[in-house]
Amino acid sequence: MNAVVELRAVSMVYGSGPTEVHALRDVDLSVQAGELVAVMGPSGSGKSTLLTIAGTLEEPSEGEVRIGDRDVSRLSRNDRARLRRRSIGYVFQDFNLIPGLTAVENVALPLELDGVRVRAARAAALEALARLDLAGRADRYPDELSGGESQRVAIARAVVGDRRLLLADEPTGALDSVNGEAVMRLVRTACRDGVAGVVVTHDAQLASWADRVVFLRDGRVVDQTAPRPGPESLLTPGAKP
Amino acid sequence: MSVRHALLALLSDGPKYGLQLRQEFESRTGEVWPLNVGQVYTTLQRLERDGFVESEGSGGPQNVFTITTTGTDELAVWLRTPPDVVPPPRDELVIKVLVAIGVPGVDLPELLQVHRRRMVEAMQEYTHVKGEMAEDDVELGLVVDSELFRIEAIVRWLDAADARLKQLAARPARTPAPAPRIGRARTGNRR
Repeated sequence: MNAVVELRAVSMVYGSGPTEVHALRDVDLSVQAGELVAVMGPSGSGKSTLLTIAGTLEEPSEGEVRIGDRDVSRLSRNDRARLRRRSIGYVFQDFNLIPGLTAVENVALPLELDGVRVRAARAAALEALARLDLAGRADRYPDELSGGESQRVAIARAVVGDRRLLLADEPTGALDSVNGEAVMRLVRTACRDGVAGVVVTHDAQLASWADRVVFLRDGRVVDQTAPRPGPESLLTPGAKP
Repeated sequence: MSVRHALLALLSDGPKYGLQLRQEFESRTGEVWPLNVGQVYTTLQRLERDGFVESEGSGGPQNVFTITTTGTDELAVWLRTPPDVVPPPRDELVIKVLVAIGVPGVDLPELLQVHRRRMVEAMQEYTHVKGEMAEDDVELGLVVDSELFRIEAIVRWLDAADARLKQLAARPARTPAPAPRIGRARTGNRR
């Protein structure tokens, strides 16, 4: 099995001496193509640190991060930036769309930054928006979009082009339950289409969309859910739900 | 769950046979609560005895049931009566955790995690059902959501318990709390 992202014995320490904080301790995590993994834990458990390290935005104090078959620490700064632009998509709680750009321009931006010609980038962005039922909103600015639409645009931006890894930090935190569910359906669909997904959250409802839930406590992976039993064990006739 | 009132609800849009009522009951509850035919007929007999329905026909499966005015009134009252929200006298999980605090050698965070994992696994199963069902299957969606919110409440309680027990771990030693001194506390605490 080929892991899209793999953390091997990753530790992260901020500060030193008496102010030293161990944000992550000896974390192993591997996510395959097509798999959606939720990392669940309370505030301060190291979830967001784990996501920034998996996304190569930060380097761990110890351990190895592999994206595809490449050891990230061996890449040059430029190669790492290129890997981030081409292979990794990020979704944040507050959408992080650029206000002066339309939906389609927001989605096309990472492709253009990577050297794709404007027309080709726009075509790919329109296709990504259409897949998320947003073709009609392509020329709207972020302040003309609802919260649910904004997060769908952010997902389109995260999966446009040839991205293989989708990283999301509390992606439904700013949405009501109906829009939150719609967003998680899209994340799940992206994973079914071959993307590896990692969602960090403290919300059990959101985590329950994942194929596997990994529990983080004080920077350590303490547990994970077993693979789902099949066929359905809960909603069978005679079973009390 | 009240089968009586569910049957009255099904009869509110027109007369029906017993078998028909069973089928509609199951489809309206997302096929989660199976109901046997015997239960349907016994309940219908009682509803008729109480004047909430009337029947017509040669008996058994041939009988057609119709809701009466009294039945319609009873249904309206039932729909608007809030369910009992008083907690069960003994919540097993709460008792387990409370008891565990005094048991030597029990790793409390680990104990909470065992229960949290099982609850999240159950939520994953329900969410999987929701993910696979047709998005317009409102009945099944309602049933699944209700279970998800119920289990989520348990997970949130476990998270809160975790945070509280951290405080307990930080406490130096377990000493019995002094008996409350009713009536004197206010002046006694002032310096």
